[in-house]
Amino acid sequence: MDKYTCTVCGYTYDPKQGDAEGGIEPGVAFEDLPDDWVCPVCGVGKEEFEKE
Amino acid sequence: MDNTIVCKGIYNVGVRDFEIRDFHGYSTYQGTTYNAFLIVDEKIVLMDTVKKPFTEKLLNNIKKFVDPKKIDMVISNHTEMDHTGALPHIMHYIGEEKPILCSKAGKKNLEAHFGKGKFNLQTVSSGEEISTGTKTLSFLETRMLHWPDSMFTYAKEDKILFSSDAFGQHYSGPAAFDDQISEEEMLNHAKKYYANILLPFSGLVKKLIKDVEDMKLEINTICPDHGVMFRKDPLKIINAYKEWCEQKPSKKAVVIYDSMWESTRKMADEIVDAIASKNIPVVSMNTRKCHRSDIITEVCDCGAVLFGSPTLNNNIFPALSDILTYMKGLKPKNKIGAAFGSYGWSGEAVGILNSYIEEMGYELADPGLKVQYVPDESDFEKCRELGLKIAEKLENL
Repeated sequence: MDKYTCTVCGYTYDPKQGDAEGGIEPGVAFEDLPDDWVCPVCGVGKEEFEKE
Repeated sequence: MDNTIVCKGIYNVGVRDFEIRDFHGYSTYQGTTYNAFLIVDEKIVLMDTVKKPFTEKLLNNIKKFVDPKKIDMVISNHTEMDHTGALPHIMHYIGEEKPILCSKAGKKNLEAHFGKGKFNLQTVSSGEEISTGTKTLSFLETRMLHWPDSMFTYAKEDKILFSSDAFGQHYSGPAAFDDQISEEEMLNHAKKYYANILLPFSGLVKKLIKDVEDMKLEINTICPDHGVMFRKDPLKIINAYKEWCEQKPSKKAVVIYDSMWESTRKMADEIVDAIASKNIPVVSMNTRKCHRSDIITEVCDCGAVLFGSPTLNNNIFPALSDILTYMKGLKPKNKIGAAFGSYGWSGEAVGILNSYIEEMGYELADPGLKVQYVPDESDFEKCRELGLKIAEKLENL
Protein backbone atom coordinates (compact mmCIF):
# COMPACT_ATOMS: atom_id res chain seq x y z
CA MET A 1 0.00 0.00 0.00
CA ASP A 2 1.38 3.39 -1.01
CA LYS A 3 1.86 6.47 1.08
CA TYR A 4 0.27 9.67 -0.22
CA THR A 5 1.39 13.21 0.55
CA CYS A 6 -0.76 16.31 0.76
CA THR A 7 0.58 18.75 -1.85
CA VAL A 8 -0.81 21.68 0.13
CA CYS A 9 0.64 21.17 3.62
CA GLY A 10 3.06 18.27 3.30
CA TYR A 11 1.24 15.74 5.57
CA THR A 12 1.78 12.12 4.56
CA TYR A 13 -0.99 9.53 4.80
CA ASP A 14 0.57 6.25 5.81
CA PRO A 15 -1.88 3.36 5.39
CA LYS A 16 -0.03 1.44 8.13
CA GLN A 17 -0.99 4.17 10.60
CA GLY A 18 -4.41 5.20 9.30
CA ASP A 19 -5.84 8.47 10.59
CA ALA A 20 -7.19 8.16 14.12
CA GLU A 21 -8.61 11.69 14.15
CA GLY A 22 -10.52 11.06 10.95
CA GLY A 23 -11.76 7.67 12.19
CA ILE A 24 -9.58 5.64 9.82
CA GLU A 25 -8.18 2.39 11.24
CA PRO A 26 -4.62 1.33 10.42
CA GLY A 27 -4.49 -0.78 7.26
CA VAL A 28 -6.80 1.27 5.02
CA ALA A 29 -5.32 2.01 1.59
CA PHE A 30 -5.45 5.62 0.43
CA GLU A 31 -7.64 4.55 -2.49
CA ASP A 32 -10.17 3.10 -0.03
CA LEU A 33 -10.51 6.24 2.08
CA PRO A 34 -14.03 7.69 1.87
CA ASP A 35 -14.51 10.46 -0.71
CA ASP A 36 -15.23 13.01 2.00
CA TRP A 37 -12.05 12.22 3.92
CA VAL A 38 -9.92 15.33 4.39
CA CYS A 39 -6.30 15.94 5.27
CA PRO A 40 -6.12 15.82 9.09
CA VAL A 41 -3.59 18.66 9.13
CA CYS A 42 -4.94 21.25 6.70
CA GLY A 43 -8.41 20.02 5.77
CA VAL A 44 -8.12 19.80 1.97
CA GLY A 45 -9.68 16.89 0.06
CA LYS A 46 -8.19 13.64 -1.31
CA GLU A 47 -7.69 15.16 -4.74
CA GLU A 48 -4.87 17.31 -3.38
CA PHE A 49 -2.78 14.21 -2.53
CA GLU A 50 -0.03 12.69 -4.61
CA LYS A 51 1.51 9.23 -4.40
CA GLU A 52 4.93 9.30 -2.72
CA MET B 1 -20.44 59.00 3.23
CA ASP B 2 -18.61 57.72 6.28
CA ASN B 3 -16.03 55.21 5.14
CA THR B 4 -16.89 52.85 7.98
CA ILE B 5 -20.38 52.24 6.55
CA VAL B 6 -20.42 49.21 4.27
CA CYS B 7 -24.20 49.31 3.95
CA LYS B 8 -27.15 49.93 6.25
CA GLY B 9 -26.48 47.96 9.43
CA ILE B 10 -22.99 46.74 8.46
CA TYR B 11 -19.95 48.72 9.57
CA ASN B 12 -16.22 48.34 9.33
CA VAL B 13 -15.07 48.75 12.92
CA GLY B 14 -11.54 47.62 12.15
CA VAL B 15 -8.41 49.66 12.66
CA ARG B 16 -5.69 51.15 10.54
CA ASP B 17 -2.08 50.30 11.39
CA PHE B 18 -0.23 53.18 9.79
CA GLU B 19 3.11 52.41 11.36
CA ILE B 20 3.76 48.77 10.52
CA ARG B 21 6.50 48.37 7.93
CA ASP B 22 7.35 44.70 8.45
CA PHE B 23 4.47 42.25 8.62
CA HIS B 24 6.13 38.96 9.60
CA GLY B 25 8.79 39.54 6.99
CA TYR B 26 6.56 41.15 4.36
CA SER B 27 7.38 44.81 3.72
CA THR B 28 4.34 47.02 4.21
CA TYR B 29 5.41 50.43 2.96
CA GLN B 30 1.91 51.84 3.43
CA GLY B 31 0.98 50.01 6.62
CA THR B 32 -2.07 47.81 6.71
CA THR B 33 -5.57 47.63 8.14
CA TYR B 34 -7.23 44.97 10.24
CA ASN B 35 -10.82 45.13 9.08
CA ALA B 36 -13.49 43.83 11.44
CA PHE B 37 -17.20 44.11 10.81
CA LEU B 38 -20.15 44.88 12.99
CA ILE B 39 -23.60 43.78 11.94
CA VAL B 40 -26.30 45.68 13.77
CA ASP B 41 -29.59 43.88 13.30
CA GLU B 42 -32.05 42.29 15.74
CA LYS B 43 -28.98 40.35 16.78
CA ILE B 44 -25.63 42.09 16.89
CA VAL B 45 -22.66 40.29 15.39
CA LEU B 46 -18.98 41.11 15.41
CA MET B 47 -17.04 39.51 12.59
CA ASP B 48 -13.32 39.05 13.27
CA THR B 49 -11.30 41.32 15.53
CA VAL B 50 -7.94 43.05 15.24
CA LYS B 51 -4.32 42.70 16.32
CA LYS B 52 -3.94 42.79 20.09
CA PRO B 53 -2.38 46.28 20.52
CA PHE B 54 -5.42 47.80 18.79
CA THR B 55 -8.02 46.27 21.12
CA GLU B 56 -9.08 49.57 22.73
CA LYS B 57 -9.39 51.22 19.35
CA LEU B 58 -11.65 48.40 18.15
CA LEU B 59 -13.85 48.77 21.23
CA ASN B 60 -14.11 52.52 20.66
CA ASN B 61 -15.02 51.95 17.01
CA ILE B 62 -17.79 49.56 18.05
CA LYS B 63 -19.05 52.06 20.64
CA LYS B 64 -19.76 54.54 17.84
CA PHE B 65 -22.61 52.22 16.79
CA VAL B 66 -23.60 50.09 19.78
CA ASP B 67 -22.64 49.27 23.33
CA PRO B 68 -20.18 46.37 22.79
CA LYS B 69 -21.86 44.49 25.66
CA LYS B 70 -24.89 44.15 23.39
CA ILE B 71 -22.96 42.01 20.89
CA ASP B 72 -24.73 38.64 20.73
CA MET B 73 -22.12 36.60 18.92
CA VAL B 74 -18.75 36.73 17.24
CA ILE B 75 -17.83 35.14 13.92
CA SER B 76 -14.19 34.18 13.45
CA ASN B 77 -13.43 33.80 9.75
CA HIS B 78 -9.72 33.40 10.39
CA THR B 79 -7.79 32.63 13.57
CA GLU B 80 -4.47 34.29 12.73
CA MET B 81 -3.49 36.71 15.46
CA ASP B 82 -3.93 39.88 13.44
CA HIS B 83 -7.64 39.00 13.50
CA THR B 84 -7.92 37.30 16.90
CA GLY B 85 -5.37 39.11 19.05
CA ALA B 86 -8.12 41.29 20.50
CA LEU B 87 -10.54 38.37 20.92
CA PRO B 88 -9.80 37.43 24.57
CA HIS B 89 -10.32 40.98 25.79
CA ILE B 90 -13.39 41.50 23.59
CA MET B 91 -14.94 38.27 24.95
CA HIS B 92 -14.09 39.29 28.50
CA TYR B 93 -15.79 42.63 27.85
CA ILE B 94 -18.92 41.35 26.12
CA GLY B 95 -19.28 38.14 28.12
CA GLU B 96 -17.33 34.91 27.64
CA GLU B 97 -20.51 32.84 27.43
CA LYS B 98 -21.43 34.47 24.12
CA PRO B 99 -20.94 32.14 21.14
CA ILE B 100 -18.02 32.38 18.74
CA LEU B 101 -18.89 30.85 15.38
CA CYS B 102 -15.97 29.34 13.49
CA SER B 103 -15.03 26.43 11.26
CA LYS B 104 -14.04 23.05 12.71
CA ALA B 105 -10.37 23.86 12.19
CA GLY B 106 -11.08 27.33 13.58
CA LYS B 107 -12.20 25.74 16.86
CA LYS B 108 -9.02 23.70 17.02
CA ASN B 109 -6.89 26.76 16.33
CA LEU B 110 -8.69 29.07 18.77
CA GLU B 111 -8.23 26.42 21.47
CA ALA B 112 -4.55 26.15 20.59
CA HIS B 113 -4.18 29.93 20.79
CA PHE B 114 -6.28 30.72 23.86
CA GLY B 115 -6.85 27.45 25.71
CA LYS B 116 -9.48 24.71 25.69
CA GLY B 117 -12.84 25.46 27.20
CA LYS B 118 -12.19 29.17 27.51
CA PHE B 119 -14.73 30.22 24.90
CA ASN B 120 -18.14 29.01 23.77
CA LEU B 121 -16.95 27.87 20.35
CA GLN B 122 -19.65 26.73 17.95
CA THR B 123 -18.58 25.20 14.67
CA VAL B 124 -20.26 25.92 11.36
CA SER B 125 -19.65 24.30 8.00
CA SER B 126 -20.11 25.24 4.36
CA GLY B 127 -23.70 26.02 3.46
CA GLU B 128 -24.89 26.59 7.03
CA GLU B 129 -26.91 29.74 7.58
CA ILE B 130 -27.87 31.87 10.54
CA SER B 131 -30.33 34.72 10.78
CA THR B 132 -29.60 37.95 12.59
CA GLY B 133 -33.21 39.10 12.18
CA THR B 134 -33.48 40.75 8.80
CA LYS B 135 -30.16 39.50 7.49
CA THR B 136 -29.04 35.96 6.63
CA LEU B 137 -25.41 34.98 6.95
CA SER B 138 -24.10 31.86 5.24
CA PHE B 139 -20.69 30.27 5.62
CA LEU B 140 -18.24 28.87 3.12
CA GLU B 141 -15.16 27.05 4.35
CA THR B 142 -12.06 28.01 2.39
CA ARG B 143 -9.54 25.60 3.84
CA MET B 144 -5.93 26.60 3.27
CA LEU B 145 -6.87 29.96 1.84
CA HIS B 146 -4.73 30.56 3.55
CA TRP B 147 -4.97 28.65 6.84
CA PRO B 148 -6.88 25.45 7.63
CA ASP B 149 -9.49 27.47 9.55
CA SER B 150 -10.15 30.12 6.87
CA MET B 151 -13.75 30.70 5.89
CA PHE B 152 -15.91 33.25 4.12
CA THR B 153 -19.18 34.64 5.43
CA TYR B 154 -21.77 35.85 2.95
CA ALA B 155 -24.50 38.33 3.83
CA LYS B 156 -27.29 37.15 1.54
CA GLU B 157 -29.67 40.10 1.37
CA ASP B 158 -26.91 42.70 1.09
CA LYS B 159 -24.85 40.48 -1.24
CA ILE B 160 -21.66 41.11 0.69
CA LEU B 161 -18.84 38.58 0.75
CA PHE B 162 -16.63 38.78 3.82
CA SER B 163 -13.59 37.10 2.39
CA SER B 164 -11.21 36.99 5.34
CA ASP B 165 -7.62 37.34 4.07
CA ALA B 166 -8.48 36.50 0.45
CA PHE B 167 -8.57 39.57 -1.83
CA GLY B 168 -6.76 41.55 0.89
CA GLN B 169 -4.01 44.10 0.53
CA HIS B 170 -1.56 45.47 3.06
CA TYR B 171 -2.49 49.09 2.52
CA SER B 172 -3.48 51.82 4.89
CA GLY B 173 -3.51 54.79 2.59
CA PRO B 174 -6.39 57.23 2.36
CA ALA B 175 -8.75 54.90 0.47
CA ALA B 176 -11.24 52.61 2.20
CA PHE B 177 -13.10 51.49 -0.94
CA ASP B 178 -12.00 50.59 -4.47
CA ASP B 179 -13.65 53.73 -5.87
CA GLN B 180 -11.25 55.86 -3.82
CA ILE B 181 -7.98 54.46 -5.21
CA SER B 182 -6.64 54.04 -8.72
CA GLU B 183 -7.11 50.59 -10.16
CA GLU B 184 -3.39 50.28 -10.79
CA GLU B 185 -2.45 51.14 -7.22
CA MET B 186 -5.04 48.77 -5.78
CA LEU B 187 -3.90 45.93 -8.05
CA ASN B 188 -0.25 46.50 -7.14
CA HIS B 189 -1.06 46.05 -3.46
CA ALA B 190 -3.38 43.10 -4.13
CA LYS B 191 -0.82 41.40 -6.34
CA LYS B 192 1.89 41.75 -3.72
CA TYR B 193 -0.49 40.24 -1.16
CA TYR B 194 -1.32 37.36 -3.51
CA ALA B 195 2.35 36.68 -4.26
CA ASN B 196 3.37 36.69 -0.61
CA ILE B 197 0.39 34.99 1.02
CA LEU B 198 -1.72 33.02 -1.44
CA LEU B 199 0.66 31.95 -4.19
CA PRO B 200 1.38 28.43 -2.87
CA PHE B 201 -2.35 27.76 -2.74
CA SER B 202 -3.04 28.84 -6.32
CA GLY B 203 -4.63 25.49 -7.19
CA LEU B 204 -7.11 25.92 -4.35
CA VAL B 205 -7.80 29.55 -5.38
CA LYS B 206 -8.71 28.30 -8.86
CA LYS B 207 -11.12 25.73 -7.41
CA LEU B 208 -12.67 28.22 -5.01
CA ILE B 209 -13.37 30.76 -7.73
CA LYS B 210 -15.00 28.04 -9.81
CA ASP B 211 -17.09 26.91 -6.82
CA VAL B 212 -18.22 30.48 -6.13
CA GLU B 213 -19.13 30.91 -9.81
CA ASP B 214 -21.03 27.60 -9.80
CA MET B 215 -22.94 28.72 -6.71
CA LYS B 216 -24.00 31.78 -8.71
CA LEU B 217 -23.34 33.89 -5.67
CA GLU B 218 -24.33 37.46 -6.44
CA ILE B 219 -21.65 39.74 -5.06
CA ASN B 220 -22.19 43.47 -4.71
CA THR B 221 -19.34 44.05 -2.28
CA ILE B 222 -16.27 42.15 -1.15
CA CYS B 223 -14.95 42.97 2.31
CA PRO B 224 -11.53 41.48 2.94
CA ASP B 225 -9.82 41.62 6.35
CA HIS B 226 -7.03 43.88 5.03
CA GLY B 227 -7.04 46.96 2.85
CA VAL B 228 -9.73 48.40 0.65
CA MET B 229 -13.20 46.95 0.22
CA PHE B 230 -14.60 46.40 -3.25
CA ARG B 231 -17.99 47.97 -3.90
CA LYS B 232 -17.44 49.61 -7.29
CA ASP B 233 -16.20 46.55 -9.13
CA PRO B 234 -15.75 43.37 -7.08
CA LEU B 235 -15.27 41.42 -10.31
CA LYS B 236 -12.03 43.30 -10.91
CA ILE B 237 -10.27 41.59 -8.01
CA ILE B 238 -11.91 38.22 -8.70
CA ASN B 239 -10.69 38.36 -12.29
CA ALA B 240 -7.21 39.38 -11.13
CA TYR B 241 -7.13 36.31 -8.85
CA LYS B 242 -8.32 34.18 -11.75
CA GLU B 243 -5.35 35.35 -13.75
CA TRP B 244 -2.77 35.11 -10.95
CA CYS B 245 -3.77 31.60 -9.89
CA GLU B 246 -3.09 30.28 -13.39
CA GLN B 247 0.58 31.25 -12.98
CA LYS B 248 0.99 31.64 -16.71
CA PRO B 249 4.58 32.69 -17.39
CA SER B 250 4.79 36.12 -19.00
CA LYS B 251 7.48 37.41 -21.32
CA LYS B 252 9.34 38.99 -18.46
CA ALA B 253 12.63 38.15 -16.76
CA VAL B 254 13.73 38.86 -13.21
CA VAL B 255 17.44 38.96 -12.41
CA ILE B 256 18.09 38.44 -8.70
CA TYR B 257 21.68 38.90 -7.58
CA ASP B 258 24.07 39.96 -4.92
CA SER B 259 27.62 41.12 -5.35
CA MET B 260 30.79 41.32 -3.31
CA TRP B 261 33.21 43.45 -5.37
CA GLU B 262 30.87 44.44 -8.21
CA SER B 263 31.83 41.58 -10.55
CA THR B 264 28.56 39.68 -10.24
CA ARG B 265 26.69 42.99 -10.51
CA LYS B 266 28.50 43.81 -13.75
CA MET B 267 27.54 40.39 -15.09
CA ALA B 268 23.94 41.03 -14.05
CA ASP B 269 23.97 44.38 -15.85
CA GLU B 270 25.20 42.81 -19.10
CA ILE B 271 22.59 40.06 -18.91
CA VAL B 272 19.84 42.60 -18.18
CA ASP B 273 20.90 44.83 -21.10
CA ALA B 274 20.95 41.88 -23.48
CA ILE B 275 17.45 40.78 -22.45
CA ALA B 276 16.14 44.34 -22.71
CA SER B 277 17.71 44.72 -26.17
CA LYS B 278 15.11 42.23 -27.40
CA ASN B 279 12.29 44.32 -25.96
CA ILE B 280 11.66 41.81 -23.20
CA PRO B 281 10.76 43.48 -19.88
CA VAL B 282 13.41 42.69 -17.31
CA VAL B 283 13.67 43.62 -13.65
CA SER B 284 17.03 43.71 -11.90
CA MET B 285 16.92 43.16 -8.15
CA ASN B 286 19.87 43.25 -5.79
CA THR B 287 18.96 41.07 -2.81
CA ARG B 288 20.46 43.53 -0.33
CA LYS B 289 18.57 46.49 -1.79
CA CYS B 290 15.21 44.91 -2.59
CA HIS B 291 12.90 43.34 -0.05
CA ARG B 292 12.14 39.65 -0.47
CA SER B 293 8.42 40.41 -0.60
CA ASP B 294 8.96 42.79 -3.52
CA ILE B 295 11.18 40.28 -5.31
CA ILE B 296 8.57 37.52 -5.06
CA THR B 297 5.92 39.93 -6.39
CA GLU B 298 8.00 40.44 -9.54
CA VAL B 299 8.79 36.73 -9.77
CA CYS B 300 5.22 35.47 -9.51
CA ASP B 301 4.26 36.34 -13.09
CA CYS B 302 7.64 36.25 -14.83
CA GLY B 303 8.70 33.60 -17.31
CA ALA B 304 12.39 33.54 -16.46
CA VAL B 305 14.29 33.98 -13.26
CA LEU B 306 18.06 34.35 -13.12
CA PHE B 307 20.13 34.14 -9.97
CA GLY B 308 23.56 35.68 -9.59
CA SER B 309 25.82 35.12 -6.61
CA PRO B 310 29.50 35.34 -5.89
CA THR B 311 31.02 32.37 -4.10
CA LEU B 312 31.56 33.23 -0.46
CA ASN B 313 33.25 30.62 1.74
CA ASN B 314 32.30 27.82 -0.67
CA ASN B 315 28.68 28.91 -0.65
CA ILE B 316 26.20 31.40 -2.07
CA PHE B 317 25.64 34.80 -0.49
CA PRO B 318 23.34 34.75 2.58
CA ALA B 319 20.89 37.25 1.07
CA LEU B 320 20.41 34.87 -1.87
CA SER B 321 19.65 32.05 0.58
CA ASP B 322 16.96 34.25 2.10
CA ILE B 323 15.06 34.80 -1.14
CA LEU B 324 15.60 31.21 -2.32
CA THR B 325 14.18 29.82 0.94
CA TYR B 326 11.26 32.21 0.66
CA MET B 327 10.67 31.27 -2.98
CA LYS B 328 10.85 27.54 -2.31
CA GLY B 329 8.03 27.96 0.19
CA LEU B 330 5.84 30.14 -1.99
CA LYS B 331 6.33 27.82 -4.98
CA PRO B 332 6.00 30.14 -7.98
CA LYS B 333 5.60 27.84 -10.99
CA ASN B 334 6.22 27.60 -14.73
CA LYS B 335 9.55 29.33 -15.22
CA ILE B 336 12.91 28.84 -16.79
CA GLY B 337 15.98 29.59 -14.73
CA ALA B 338 19.72 30.19 -15.00
CA ALA B 339 22.58 31.12 -12.69
CA PHE B 340 25.70 33.18 -12.88
CA GLY B 341 28.36 34.57 -10.58
CA SER B 342 31.92 35.56 -9.98
CA TYR B 343 34.32 33.63 -7.75
CA GLY B 344 37.85 33.76 -6.45
CA TRP B 345 39.08 30.18 -6.16
CA SER B 346 36.52 27.45 -5.54
CA GLY B 347 33.39 28.76 -7.35
CA GLU B 348 30.57 26.63 -5.90
CA ALA B 349 27.83 29.30 -6.11
CA VAL B 350 26.58 28.63 -9.65
CA GLY B 351 26.27 24.90 -8.97
CA ILE B 352 24.36 25.56 -5.76
CA LEU B 353 22.02 28.00 -7.52
CA ASN B 354 21.45 25.45 -10.31
CA SER B 355 20.37 22.90 -7.69
CA TYR B 356 17.87 25.38 -6.28
CA ILE B 357 16.51 26.12 -9.76
CA GLU B 358 16.03 22.42 -10.46
CA GLU B 359 14.54 21.77 -7.01
CA MET B 360 11.95 24.45 -7.69
CA GLY B 361 11.01 22.54 -10.84
CA TYR B 362 12.23 25.10 -13.37
CA GLU B 363 13.84 24.23 -16.66
CA LEU B 364 17.53 25.05 -16.45
CA ALA B 365 17.93 27.23 -19.53
CA ASP B 366 21.73 27.21 -19.37
CA PRO B 367 24.45 25.33 -17.47
CA GLY B 368 25.39 28.66 -15.87
CA LEU B 369 28.12 31.23 -16.12
CA LYS B 370 31.14 31.40 -13.80
CA VAL B 371 33.74 34.13 -13.98
CA GLN B 372 36.95 34.15 -11.96
CA TYR B 373 37.49 37.42 -10.05
CA VAL B 374 36.66 40.20 -12.53
CA PRO B 375 34.82 39.77 -15.84
CA ASP B 376 36.69 40.81 -19.00
CA GLU B 377 35.26 41.58 -22.43
CA SER B 378 35.05 37.89 -23.40
CA ASP B 379 33.13 37.19 -20.17
CA PHE B 380 30.74 40.06 -20.92
CA GLU B 381 30.17 38.52 -24.33
CA LYS B 382 29.13 35.29 -22.60
CA CYS B 383 26.81 37.27 -20.33
CA ARG B 384 25.20 38.87 -23.38
CA GLU B 385 24.84 35.43 -24.97
CA LEU B 386 23.10 34.18 -21.83
CA GLY B 387 20.78 37.19 -21.83
CA LEU B 388 19.92 36.70 -25.50
CA LYS B 389 19.29 33.00 -24.95
CA ILE B 390 16.83 33.83 -22.17
CA ALA B 391 15.17 36.52 -24.31
CA GLU B 392 14.77 34.08 -27.19
CA LYS B 393 13.18 31.46 -24.95
CA LEU B 394 10.77 34.06 -23.57
CA GLU B 395 9.92 35.32 -27.06
CA ASN B 396 8.92 31.78 -27.99
CA LEU B 397 6.68 31.27 -24.99
